[in-house]
This record gives sequence, structure tokens and C-alpha cells, in this order.
Amino acid sequence: MSATESLVLAAGSSGGSIQVPPVEYSSISPLLIVFGLAFVGILVEAFVSAPARRVVQPVLAFLGFAAAFVGTVLLHARRDTLVADALAIDGPTLFMQGTILLFGLLAVLLVAERRLESSGSALVASAAVTPGSAGSTAMQTSRHMQTEAYPLMAFSVAGMMLFVAANNLLLMFVALEILSLPLYLLAGLARRRRLLSQEAAMKYFLLGAFSSAFFLYGLAFIYGYAGSVQLGEIADAAATAGKSDTFLYLGVGLLGVGFFFKIGAAPFHSWTPDVYQGSPTPVTAFMAAATKVAAFGALLRVFYVAFGGLRWDWRPVLWGVAILTMVVGAVLALTQRDIKRMLAYSAIAHAGFLLVGMAGTNADGLSGSMFYLVTYGFTTIAAFAVVSLVRTGEGEASDLSQWQGLGRTSPVLAGIFAFLLLALAGIPLTSGFTGKFAVFQAAISGDATPLVVVALVCSAIAAFFYVRVIVLMFFSEPPTDGPVVVTRPSLTYAAVGVGAAVTLLLGVVPQPLLDLANTAATSGFVR
Amino acid sequence: MTPGLATTVLAAGAPEHGGAVHYTAASGVFELSWLLIVLPLAGAAVLLLGGKRTDRFGHWVGTLAAAASFVVGLVIFIALVGRDSSDRAVSSHLFAWMPVNSFQVDVGLLVDQLSGVFVLLITGVGTLIHVYSIGYMAHDPGRRRFFAYMNLFLASMLLLVLGNNFLVLYAGWELVGLSSYLLIKFWEYRPAAATAANKAFYMNRVGDVGLALAIMFMFATVGSTNYEDVFGAAAGDMIGYGTITAVALLLLLGACGKSGQFPLQAWLPDAMEGPTPISALIHAATMVTAGVYLIARCAPIFNETQAARTVVLIIGAVTLLIGCVIGCAYDDIKKVLAYSTVSQIGYMFLAVGLGPAGYALGIAHLLAHGFFKAGLFLGSGSVIHAMNDEQDMRRYGGLRRLMPVTWVTFGLGYLAIIGLPPFSGFFTKDKIIETAFAKGGTSGYIYGIVALLGAGITAFYMTRLFVMTFHGRPRWSTEGADAKHPHESPLSMTVPMILLAVGSVAAGGLFIVGGTLSDWLAPVVGEHGEAHHTLSPAVVTALTLVVSVGGFAGAFLRYQLRPVAAVAPADSEVSLLTVAARRDLYANTFNEVAFMRPGQYLTRFLVWFDSVVIDGVVRGTAAGIGGLSGRLRRAQTGYVRTYALSMLGGTILVVGALLLVRAG
Repeated sequence: MSATESLVLAAGSSGGSIQVPPVEYSSISPLLIVFGLAFVGILVEAFVSAPARRVVQPVLAFLGFAAAFVGTVLLHARRDTLVADALAIDGPTLFMQGTILLFGLLAVLLVAERRLESSGSALVASAAVTPGSAGSTAMQTSRHMQTEAYPLMAFSVAGMMLFVAANNLLLMFVALEILSLPLYLLAGLARRRRLLSQEAAMKYFLLGAFSSAFFLYGLAFIYGYAGSVQLGEIADAAATAGKSDTFLYLGVGLLGVGFFFKIGAAPFHSWTPDVYQGSPTPVTAFMAAATKVAAFGALLRVFYVAFGGLRWDWRPVLWGVAILTMVVGAVLALTQRDIKRMLAYSAIAHAGFLLVGMAGTNADGLSGSMFYLVTYGFTTIAAFAVVSLVRTGEGEASDLSQWQGLGRTSPVLAGIFAFLLLALAGIPLTSGFTGKFAVFQAAISGDATPLVVVALVCSAIAAFFYVRVIVLMFFSEPPTDGPVVVTRPSLTYAAVGVGAAVTLLLGVVPQPLLDLANTAATSGFVR
Repeated sequence: MTPGLATTVLAAGAPEHGGAVHYTAASGVFELSWLLIVLPLAGAAVLLLGGKRTDRFGHWVGTLAAAASFVVGLVIFIALVGRDSSDRAVSSHLFAWMPVNSFQVDVGLLVDQLSGVFVLLITGVGTLIHVYSIGYMAHDPGRRRFFAYMNLFLASMLLLVLGNNFLVLYAGWELVGLSSYLLIKFWEYRPAAATAANKAFYMNRVGDVGLALAIMFMFATVGSTNYEDVFGAAAGDMIGYGTITAVALLLLLGACGKSGQFPLQAWLPDAMEGPTPISALIHAATMVTAGVYLIARCAPIFNETQAARTVVLIIGAVTLLIGCVIGCAYDDIKKVLAYSTVSQIGYMFLAVGLGPAGYALGIAHLLAHGFFKAGLFLGSGSVIHAMNDEQDMRRYGGLRRLMPVTWVTFGLGYLAIIGLPPFSGFFTKDKIIETAFAKGGTSGYIYGIVALLGAGITAFYMTRLFVMTFHGRPRWSTEGADAKHPHESPLSMTVPMILLAVGSVAAGGLFIVGGTLSDWLAPVVGEHGEAHHTLSPAVVTALTLVVSVGGFAGAFLRYQLRPVAAVAPADSEVSLLTVAARRDLYANTFNEVAFMRPGQYLTRFLVWFDSVVIDGVVRGTAAGIGGLSGRLRRAQTGYVRTYALSMLGGTILVVGALLLVRAG
């Protein structure tokens, strides 16, 4: 745990001697399991033969995530700060960690799918082969795949779990990097359209590094102001008047930019469509669902705990960002011709809706946002999973014109996708409705009614492009050389099934999860 | 459905007003009341999702689900009887659907004296009709689908009567409408069936709007749709007279639509296009009586408003006359039975319109009618089955010897409906007529005489039907292109008919003699109270019998002693009233002129308005947003440098805004 020790150095620098803080291993057991899983995954890469790895790695990842999830369930009542207060194990942390792990489980199913086409996986056989070179066409039909994806996913999940638990800005930054770096690599692993995938990875990396720099810069300003990176101590410092707070506000803004980039809020969203489109679809699904949870978890923690006292100052900015995000997401999605890009803009719009919930700045906003993240994640994973199933000889049929008449040729799949789109649009009896209801309700009770009005208008615009796809699928003639829906991809079906079932269940009987989110939110963030 | 049902004590409705309505929280076997609904729902799900794989045994699954639901209903009912009479309203909270501050929508069930008897009627008759359908639909390729819809109907109907608030009732109300629609158009390749289904759907919409508005009114006034709160507020005089009358009239509109009452009666006879078991179950015994249930359930509301009750009375009286007059003119056996249903429900409306004196009588007639009308429909189904789907009674005759079981069971139902003592219709109908007279004043006499007249005409048209079907000379032949070979139906069909016949014999006396049912229902619909008889009950009974015998004699002379023509006489040879009755008393013509044509013009106008004005605005907006989208899209250049620049710009904006806010 060298990272922790260096944190202690940073946190306790005012003290003379360095003491190794006590570590409550049981409370961080889910984290340890996932980190352990990642390391074991690397060892498997080194010592197990390639064909065996294709089986061992997904099984290992699935079991590891499941074990970690059980761990978070067992810890559910724990409220504590650990390791010299660097980590906060509380209701929101555990709720989000559990959510991230569930999304991780579904994503493992999608990545492990090997029946998408004759060649197998959606992931590349060998990422290092130059696109267009002699070997690259052979690579498309190779049975091999880069099984390193699994340990990369495990690292990313571990980073996300650490990100939502971090009670200290420096640790949070480290977690941000742990979660981001594997994602940059994963984005470049698509089997088809290699150039697009590599471009996506490159863009994501460059812009991610750019945003990390903002985050770090903000961190430095905050440290300069408060003399600490502990969230609680920053809040205390901000509450005491008397010194120039320019540094503080600079820090708030720059840290905010780091988060806004990660959740895909405008005007920091421009990477989203390109990366979502270029990445392998299972990875896109994972990114869209899990990264959003992690980034929102950390954003909520920092702005509620450290900057909670300044909420009247950052609220107007948050309003602006939320409005811009919703408008950009909803409006730009209208003219998209690629289904993955459309879903990417939809993700941006949803980030805006989530910010609306946060703009209420109350406990309802916290529980509503957490509920929304769960509903959105399941629906999104299922939607991307469906996208991965509709294929032509060239790979996924991502152009919308190819989806014409899908309702005629594969009614069940098209029906499920239509249901998921309705959920994303927020139609009642889907989880999308209950989720929107929860965040909008929170925003209204937090005196953000005008924001809710904008959100409703944007929902209406958004409904247009979701429904347009449904119309396209069910009321157009299928083209003669239309895409083929892959038969019997059981793992992907399982993911689609789980996602759609949860979407329906949370639309009809949302109460248990709402209660859970409320319980997690009412005890609030520990400091 | 969540099996882990949290049962909670519901807040008593308006306790400051003497605790007018209070439901006990469910415990023990009552916590299982959700099973009643889930069992048939599961049956429907298995049959619909299982697809062709369940074709072979699907009807058994459906029947088993219905029977299981009946057993659960019976257990719950016995437990209900075992409770203290003041403590028989048991409410179970299933889950909160939308718990947001003041906007609380819970899903919960209420087992009380009223819903208890309905559960038995629905599941009991329902199970019998499932069994009957095994035989009736044996050769239909869509039998599995048929059973799936029937199970769906049972679940919806149970949801309707078991809901503990108006929203759950409304959900059930719409779902029975859906199942009814699906079953009317079960043979959708017949244009008549498809048209009838649409007609039923449209006319029900009119009623449903009334119900929906009533619920909105309640929510706006009381702030809740729970029976406890609404009835507590109504009984506690917390709702103004105007509002409560409006609510009652809107509820009545809903009831009229569902129950085929004037002026929304025209869909019910057409609904006979559905398979006969459906006519028995949905369009005679259960769903169409939902209107009566609604009014009886809302007794605390109707008790507060004399005006609305008068409207109920008038509608009941008008409908019962319309129904039996038209019933005399049709030759289609199912149409006659359908108008008979319209007319009998008119009696029930008349009864519940009489207020506390009549609620229990209306329900008693409803239950008795449930038995004998289901029995009559099943009997007619048996005849239709035997006669190769011939429904014209003029082509029947002399079936008595060939179908003895059908003859006897149908005969018992027939004796029950014309009100011959000691069959069940006698007790229930006689009581209604008696209570109508006892209302007092001129109006009492008017309603009494109408009801009396109705009894006579009922005896006439039912005798006509019975004689034309089973007696006289056969007006069919065993040879030629139209050859018929009537035969008795299989056991699966006759056994339910026999059981229902037993019910038609015994039910009425059981409910009425000694005031069993009115005592039982008193906690829900109010005490019966002392009646002030304007005519002594003995006189009324005698009058009823005389009138009924008169009706019977008229039909007997006309149809038994004189030969019946195998082809209906032309309009020019019959009276004007018959011509009018043959045209449903011009209800369809009226609907067409008053609603359909203007509706079509309105639609045309709206279509024009929609396409030119609204679409213009929408297209304009869409084009505007689309244009904006196209322009904004250019910012998405694909170059990292542009993206980074936009991020930098955004950062400057965010930080600048924060500093500005702080400065300001």
C-alpha cells in the first residue's frame, strides 16, 4: 500500500514523525479483492496459455467482482473513515461501489461474449498490429483476443471504487488515474474499424490527461488555501472567514472541470461521442455506466462535503453547466446518424439530468442521483449490448439506416430495444421515469424549479430522437441486405435480459431501491 | 408482484369524524390475498409467454389457475366469516408505487364483505366457465390464447374488486376492458367481431373518462384516492354537495359504460360476437356488473347526494324497460340474452339507486343473476354448439328430447330469471320491486310499476326464447346443405351447467330469506333500516306473480300453441314497436346521428387543424432545433485541438463565473 503511505505523508506532513496508520482490512475488503483480482489477472496473462486464458480470465473476473459485491453487501451498515481518514466507508460509498461492481459484472459478460461473429470476441486479437498492414486482415478472423482486457477492467473498477471512497483529494487523484488509464487502453481494443478505435483511445488519453491536469491544478490551489487535502478540513477552512478565498474558488472551478470532463458535461463533453463510437461496444457500455457512477460519486462527495458550505456560490455555475449539458446532449443527438454516437449524446443529456438532481443540494438530491445512476446504468448497458448484436459482415450495423425494419426481422430484440429507448426517454413504467421523477422532485424541493422546466423541455426533445429510432425499427421496410442479428450469444442475451428486467422492475416496483438509496443518503457522507 | 409484502396499519380515514371508515391491517391468511390475483395472472403469463409449446396442456393450466384462485378465495372467505362482524374489512398494503411527499400512490388490497362475495362469484363462476370452455373450445386452434385471455380477465376483475383505492380499481377497470376487447374480437377474422370489439372499446372509453375524472376530482378534493380517506371525507361532510354530486355522476357515467346502461347500452349486445363462454363470464356474470359494484362500493358517496341517486334510479328504470322491450324482438338467442342482461342490470341499478334500502338487494340480484345468466348463456352455448353455430331461434325448436341436460339446466335458469318461486330470481327481483314501491310518493309508484312491467315483459321474452328453442316442432332438418345433428354436449360442458343451475335454484332464497346478505353487507353499504311500505309486501308479491304469469301466458299462447315461422316476418307485417325494437330502439341510429357524424366532422376538423397548425408549429420547432443541431454539430470537428480548446474555454467560463459569483 505504498499509495496510502505517501498519502499519509501528504496528510500528516505537519507532524514530525511518520506513523503507519491502522488499516481496517475488513472495511476495505471489496477494494482489496478487486485489486487482488487485477494482479492475479496479470499473473494469469503471464503463466496460462492463450486458449485457456479466454476461459480463465472472464470466470476469474466474474467471480472476483461477485465476491467484492458480496463484500459491499455485508459491509452495508459500516460508516467509518479509515487509514488516517483517507478513505470514507459510508452509505453513498457502499451504494456506489455495489453499483459499480454490478455494472462490472454485466460488462464482463459482454466482453466475454465469443459468438458475435465467426471470429469470436468484439475485442481485438492483437492490438499491436498496425491497421492496414498485411497481418491486420488475418487478425480480424483470429480466434485470439487480448485477454489483458480483463485485468485492465479490474484495475479500472478498483480505481472507480477507490474514487468514490476517497476522502482526500490526493487519493482521489490517484484513483482517477487508476480508473482512467485502463479505460484509455480498453478504448483502443476494438476488433473492427481499428483506426477509429485507436483514434478514440488517443483522443481520450490526450483529453483525459488535459482534464487531469486541471484537477491537479485545482487540488494545488485548494491545498494552498486550506493547507490540507482532507475533504473535512477543507470544509472547515472554507467556513472560517478572514483570508482571501480566490485560491479556494479557483480550486473549486478547476476541480469541477476535472469531474465535468469525466461525467461528460458540456462544454467538456466533446470526447464522448468520438470515444463511445470508436471503443469496442462492450467497453463503451462499461464506460457509459460505471464511469458515470464513479465520477458522480466523487463529484457529489467533494461538492457536498468539502464545498458544502459554499453551495450558494457554486450552485449558479452548476445550473449553467447542467442546462448547457442537457441542451447540447438533446439537441445534438437529433442529427446523429450513428446509433452509438446517438447513445453518446444521450449519455451527455443524462449527465445533465443528473446534475439537475445535484442542483437541489439536499439529501433527496443525493438519493435521487444514486437511484438515477442505477437505473441509467442498467438500461444503458442493455442498450449497448443490443447494439453489439445487430451486425453486418463488416461488424456492427451502427448506421441508423441499417436499423430500418428491424422490428419486422427480429421483433423480440427490436421490442426490447424499443423498451430500453422508452426507458431512456423516461416513459412511465420504466425505471427511466422513476429515476427522472426522483431527481426532478429533489430539484424542485431544493428550489431549482426553473432548472426542472428546462430539463423537461430537453426530455421532450430527447424523446424525439429515441422514438424516431422506434419508428424506424417498426414502421419502415427492412432493407434487402439488412443486418443480421447474431443468434444465440447467450452471455450478451443474459446482460440484455438483466438490464431490461431491472429497467422494468424499477419502473413498476421502485420502492425497495428508493428505500435503499434513501437509507444510504440520509446517513450522508462521513467526514 | 413482491412476495415480501409489508403489511402496515393504514391510517384510519378521518378519525375525527367518528372513524367512519376503518380497515384492519391484514394478517394471517389475509396476507395472501395477492395470490388471488397473481395465480390467474401467472396462468396468463405462462400461456402467453410459453407460446405454442403450451398448446397441448394450456387449457389445463388456465383452468388450474382459476381453480387455485377459487380455493384461495374460499379460504379467505371462510376466514372472513370467522371474524367479528365489525372487523371484516381487511386491508393489505402491497407496495408503494410512487411515494413522493404528498403524492402517494400505494397498491393495496381490501378484503371485506363486499369484495369477499365478489371474489367467490368471480373465481367460482370463472372456474366453472373455464371447465366449460375446455369442451366448448376443444376444436378451436386458438384455445390456448383463449384461456390466457380468460385468466387475464380473472386477474383484472379481481384487481378491480379487491383494490383498496380508486387507482387500483381504475387499473383493474381498464384491464377488464382490455380483456373484454381481446375476447370479443377473439375470432377477429370475422368483420362483425372486430367491429363489435371496437364499438365496445369506444363506448367504454366514454364511461372510463367519467371514472377517471371522478378519481381526479377526489384527488383534488380529498388529496387521496384511498377508499378510507375518500369515504371518510364523504361521510364526514367534508366535501361540498356540488362536488360530491359531480363525483357521483361521473362515477355513474363510468358505471353506465361498463355495465351497458342507458345511454351507453349499445355495445353490449354486439359484444355477443365473442365466444359464448365469454358472453357468460364477462358480458353477463361479472364484468358488466362492475358498474353495480362501483356504486355499491361508493355507497358513502351516493348516500350524500339525492340528486345523483335519482339519476341512478332513472337510468336503471329506463334501461330495464329498454332491455326487455328489445329482448322481445330479436330472434338471435344470444342477442335476446344480452338485452336480458342489460335489463337485469337495470334492475340492479334501480336497486342501488334506492340508497341504503337497496344496495344489498342490488348485490343479491347481481349474485343470483351471475348464476342464472351464466347458466343461461352456457346453455345457449350448448345449443349453438349442437346446432352447428346456428344462433337464430327460428331455426331451433323441439330440442328438448335431444338435449335433456341442457333443457333442464336452461329451464331452471329460465324459471329463475322470470321470477317463479322458489327460484332465486323470485326472491331478489320481488324484493327490488317491493322496495321500489316502498320508496314512497309518486316516484315510488312510477319505479315500482316500471319494475313490475319489466317483470312481465321478462317473463314474455324469456318464455318466447325457451319455447322457440326447446319446444314446438323442429324448424331444422337433418338433411340437405344445412343439415343439423343436434346432440347433447360433453360432460365438461354439462357439469358446469348443472352446477350453475343448482346455484340459480338456491342462491336467491339463500341471500334474501332472513336478510342474510343485507346483514352481511351492512357494514359496507349501511344498515337497511325500516321500510315504510306503501303497498304491503304480500300485495307486491301477488302483483309480481300475476304480471309474470301474464307475460308467460302471452308468450305461451303466441309461440307454443301457434306455429313459429322459420323466417322472421317482414317489418311491414309487425307493429311499429317491434320494428323499433328490432332496430335497438334506434340507439345505434341515435348514436350515429348524434355522436358519430358530428364526431367524424370534428375529427376531420381536428385532423386539418393538427396537420396545418399544430404540425406546422411542431415541424417549425423541430426544424429549428434540427437546424441548431446541425450548426452545433460543426463544433464537433473530430480534432483533439478543437476539443481541448473548447475545454479550456469552458474552464475559463466556469472559473470566471465562480469568481464573479463570489465577487457579486
